[in-house]
Amino acid sequence: MNRGNAFIFTLAITGLFFILPLLSGADMKGKTKEEQKDGIPKFFIPKAPASENFPCSKCHNYKPADKSKRKLVLYHTDIVFKHAGEQQWCYDCHDGDKLRLQNGQLVGFEKSYYLCGQCHGTVFRDWKAGIHGKRTGMWNGEKLYRLCVSCHDPHQPRFKPLEPKQRPMKPQEIKLDRG
Amino acid sequence: MSKKIRSNPLGIELNRRTFLKGAAAGLAATVVRPAAAGAFNWDSFLQKHFREMNDAEIKKVIGRLEKEAAVEWKKNIHIGTAKAMPGVKFGYGLDLSRCIGCRRCVYACVDENNQSRTPQVHWITVLRFKKGEKWIDLENSEKYYSPKQVPEKDFFYMPVQCQQCENPPCVKACPTQATWKEPDGIVVIDYNWCIGCRYCMAACPYGARRFNWAKPNIPADEINPETHYLGNRPRYKGVVEKCTFCIQRTRAGKYPACVEVCPVGARKFGNLLDPKSEIRYLIENKRVFRLKEDMNTNPKFYYFFATNITQAD
Ligand code: HEC
Ligand code: HEC
Ligand code: HEC
Ligand code: HEC
Repeated sequence: MNRGNAFIFTLAITGLFFILPLLSGADMKGKTKEEQKDGIPKFFIPKAPASENFPCSKCHNYKPADKSKRKLVLYHTDIVFKHAGEQQWCYDCHDGDKLRLQNGQLVGFEKSYYLCGQCHGTVFRDWKAGIHGKRTGMWNGEKLYRLCVSCHDPHQPRFKPLEPKQRPMKPQEIKLDRG
Repeated sequence: MSKKIRSNPLGIELNRRTFLKGAAAGLAATVVRPAAAGAFNWDSFLQKHFREMNDAEIKKVIGRLEKEAAVEWKKNIHIGTAKAMPGVKFGYGLDLSRCIGCRRCVYACVDENNQSRTPQVHWITVLRFKKGEKWIDLENSEKYYSPKQVPEKDFFYMPVQCQQCENPPCVKACPTQATWKEPDGIVVIDYNWCIGCRYCMAACPYGARRFNWAKPNIPADEINPETHYLGNRPRYKGVVEKCTFCIQRTRAGKYPACVEVCPVGARKFGNLLDPKSEIRYLIENKRVFRLKEDMNTNPKFYYFFATNITQAD
């Protein structure tokens, strides 16, 4: 299966998978019954979304949506979009102060994993099982999850390189304090 | 025979090897520095094997060790003795398709487990391999890599630490039963029984054990005072140490320190006997392998690949 086919295939699968839980109250506070059945974890360490741009409506109420694909020059110039660029653009994911799923359903920013899960079904399933991404807390009790966006910038999702910590000392560098 | 291998915190030089010769002969041969003779602590010398002590005896030993540690490290150190939980066998998973070789785990381990800073003791070694090279033989790797940023194109990384074998060769090699496998599967070392012969190090196929050539050197404000007798309590000169799956944390239900620090989430941990645990999920759903499987050591440390490179999602 090439990427394109695999992508459409997962869309079909995750589409079915999603409509049910989302139609029935994904907007309710806390964890809904449907989310529990869906295996969505209880606790998150969300990355606080960049605060100066929230809520979006403080500016966007005054300007009509411009859905054309273009280089942004007046604002959001820091957003470089490198993420399946052929297939999606801003308003495929954004809608006012909410995120927009492919079936038209709106979800809050704290539930962005539904958005990602639409196209990344396997990773989403692994994430719920604790295999993709990271959990902290108790191995036999309550766990804290990271949202997809705590590790991946949705606009440029490749994990950012890090500076490695110091290499170990070589044997000849180790000074023995024979005391 | 009379090579002194360590001095205890009260200034008495002990020689565990003499103990091997049998109690009577051993006592006679013990080297007790005259000046310190008055302070000699027979309890320390006669301490029973950890697994043969009853709760009262353990309590007494811990009381003594905590007192010694407070003098030695100028800090109150709590030494826990939590036992293995029933129905638990620990397993570990490491996702090689995610690890970027950043070494955050190495230093989180040093901090959590009171490893010596200089001389440097690391329980985790991160190996770097060139993609496509014959890599599974560990000799073909680089551990001193130090680029500006990781991951590097054309390389992948494999952290190695104690593999917590079900069939541990190190345990068989120990002449004093100072190292053994606990019911939850963790291979532990009793630093008060270890004589520093290092047979276990030679026996370990993974190079996972470390020897304290000198007294561990840890800045006082960096000592982690929450310890376990069989884990991260401060060690003596002349004893062997290694990863214990953070026994002081995991027996309290917490994840090991390396799991919690990993920025890419490559490290997984849980109960192999619980079918709903993440470690069981990955064993059942991912391509897993263990190091040097042909040696029959049966490690409980599973390397896996969450992603096949060909798969988009
Ligand atoms: C400080 C005001 C301000 C805030 C806050 C703000 N935006 Fe914008 N946004 C703008 C301006 C101005 C443009 C036009 C940029 C251009 O055309 O070069 C824009 C453009 C956009 C576009 C491109 C399409 C269009 O309609 O022009 C999207 C999508 C967008 N913003 C989303 C958001 C989202 C999502 C948020 C909240 C997280 C947000 N914005 C918050 C000012 C703002
Ligand atoms: C793949 C879906 C997706 C697309 C396409 C997308 N975004 Fe976003 N965007 C998100 C998500 C998810 C967040 C929330 C991130 C968080 O919670 O940290 C976000 C956050 C933002 C924010 C607030 C954070 C910030 O960086 O200031 C702005 C503004 C924004 N997007 C603008 C845009 C613009 C403009 C475009 C088009 C160039 C765009 N987005 C395209 C998913 C998307
Ligand atoms: C419309 C479908 C779609 C949605 C929604 C979507 N992605 Fe993607 N994503 C893709 C495709 C297709 C690729 C592979 C092509 C590419 O990298 O541009 C990809 C690639 C990625 C990659 C790999 C990047 C790399 O360079 O290795 C990551 C990470 C990722 N997405 C994370 C996310 C996250 C996080 C979200 C939610 C905020 C998300 N995606 C939402 C379609 C999507
Ligand atoms: C703890 C950090 C972390 C979290 C949380 C996380 N990821 Fe990732 N993800 C990574 C790393 C590291 C990689 C490998 C490097 C890369 O390709 O960017 C990766 C790779 C990916 C890829 C590329 C394909 C692959 O399997 O290698 C996709 C797609 C992806 N993540 C989607 C998601 C989605 C969707 C979520 C939330 C459901 C998520 N990630 C949560 C760290 C994370």
